[in-house]
Amino acid sequence: MTTLDTDLAPPEPPRLVVFWRRYKRNRAALLGLALFVIVVLMALTAGIVDPEDPLRRAGAPLTPPFTNWDTPLGTDQLGRDVLSGIFYGARISLLVGVAATLVAIAIGVVIGALAGYFGGWVDDVLMRVTEAFQTIPNFVLLLTLVAILGSRIEWITLAIGIVSWTAPARMVRAEFLSLRGREFVDAARNLGVSDTAIIFREILPNALPPIVVYASVIMALSILLESALAFLSLGDPNYASWGNMIGQGRAVLRSDPYCAIIPGIAIVLTVLSFSLLGEGLNDALNPRQKK
Amino acid sequence: MTLSVPPILIYALRRLLQAVPVIILIMIGTFLLLKLAPGDTVDALVGDMGGADAAFIARLRAEYGLDQPVWVQLWRYMTKLATFDFGWSFVYEQPVSTVLMDRLGTTLLLMASSLTIAFTVGIALGAFAARRVYSATDNVISTLGLVFYATPSFFLSLMMILLFSVKLGWLPVGGIKTIAGFYTGWDHVVDVALHLVMPTAALSLIYLSFYLRLMRASVLEVADLDYVRTARAKGAGEGRMMIHHIMRNALLPVVTLLGLQFSTVLGGSVVVETIFTLPGLGQLAYKSVIQRDMNTLMGIIFLCALIVVVVNFLTDLLYARLDSRIELA
Repeated sequence: MTTLDTDLAPPEPPRLVVFWRRYKRNRAALLGLALFVIVVLMALTAGIVDPEDPLRRAGAPLTPPFTNWDTPLGTDQLGRDVLSGIFYGARISLLVGVAATLVAIAIGVVIGALAGYFGGWVDDVLMRVTEAFQTIPNFVLLLTLVAILGSRIEWITLAIGIVSWTAPARMVRAEFLSLRGREFVDAARNLGVSDTAIIFREILPNALPPIVVYASVIMALSILLESALAFLSLGDPNYASWGNMIGQGRAVLRSDPYCAIIPGIAIVLTVLSFSLLGEGLNDALNPRQKK
Repeated sequence: MTLSVPPILIYALRRLLQAVPVIILIMIGTFLLLKLAPGDTVDALVGDMGGADAAFIARLRAEYGLDQPVWVQLWRYMTKLATFDFGWSFVYEQPVSTVLMDRLGTTLLLMASSLTIAFTVGIALGAFAARRVYSATDNVISTLGLVFYATPSFFLSLMMILLFSVKLGWLPVGGIKTIAGFYTGWDHVVDVALHLVMPTAALSLIYLSFYLRLMRASVLEVADLDYVRTARAKGAGEGRMMIHHIMRNALLPVVTLLGLQFSTVLGGSVVVETIFTLPGLGQLAYKSVIQRDMNTLMGIIFLCALIVVVVNFLTDLLYARLDSRIELA
């Protein structure tokens, strides 16, 4: 999304300029974009801010914030630097968020496209499977998958993707149902284009815009799911994670609440940025929806 | 169909029949998850006994039917699930169904209280914000909705503990009742209610924002429709307009969301119950993951799925009652 800033230059194609003009009408969306850029920058500069392991002992345990400039935001009960935890945590949150969203959308697109395009018994079977996944509480299923697969970050990301694909699948299916009867699809079929090519090259590009907007919602939910897992100390112990920092901070909540509050604010602002970003994108892409 | 059967009954029956394949799929799903998990019942049993010789293990496997083909095992598993036989919990040394039933009440109580609050306060605030759209009131309500939507339930819970238990000392930190209290009658009810205030508030504040945002959008949309303008032209007052004309139609998508969201709220109870040490299904799910009690975990999944199916069925009936345009037969 950082490209949006560079797209402002005059010689850029007018479409993006129009998009940007519509986007910036929404001031909340601009705030979301700013927050998002900050989180991305934090993730990118984590290695510069603190080149060493964020999980090492950086100072005396439980140094309060703003007292020692080696550890500006203080240290937790094991002497780990809260500031570098926040920076490295941004990295993990974004990484898990993006990767899990891609997994969820990939599964959702395939299932939704097959169900919507072929209809009939394929649709029936796939929709019952989707309903079954929606019926099982997603966090309980996520816990189960993590219990079976283990707490490696890759498996956690995959598991979050597996519990989040139902909503995009339903959206893709609805788009395909309305698009499959259009003339351009009939034309392609009469030209002898294969089903696979019609699905992925003719219909899918037209079905994507609402999915792109919804991706911001999945991203926000994925970050919340990852942090909840880490909070319950079921996350990958080898990486600094905001949720894990809050979970550790719970032990010293009475005496040093900042250990939990600082990463908590980081999660709230990050998820908020995705929500605002999504609303801004929605308004900019579907200007007719809003009067 | 004979004419004497009310259409709502036929509709209800059809909705129930539609739930059957979903339940069967979930049965197959839990079976697959059990097969994927490392170790089976006999491993757990032998581990519990502290080891056994190979011949005995083989005999146990035969006794539990684990030497049978997968299809036979699946069939046996499904027939057992259908009679609510979830197997034996090696952690609690009890049948899983007993463990689950002990904890079902707490979770249902938490669900009922937090969903009631989230739904009623959510639609009230949403409608209120929509009536004063783009005003300062609307901005405050919408912003709060966004912030609560972005707040993880565990963070909100910890902050409430910090404020109401640690700083102010008003509310108990966790548990469902004061253990040394031995309260009876109304004292018991008040005690449980006090323990439920924070968990309920934490869960409902998070999910309230969903209903709030949808209700606001829905009221704004309905308020623009022709029939509302007609009603206004005919001199309907603002209060009557809102309750009689707008709310009823604006509620429809929110009721749908109530059904769709229910499984998410049930999942959210895992974190909240764990933080407030409420002895419910959510906390049990977390403990089962930590202790690798797969039978209990599968029991929870199946039971939760059943609850969700029932709740969805009820919201469908409510929807049919609210929207007379829906075709019942």
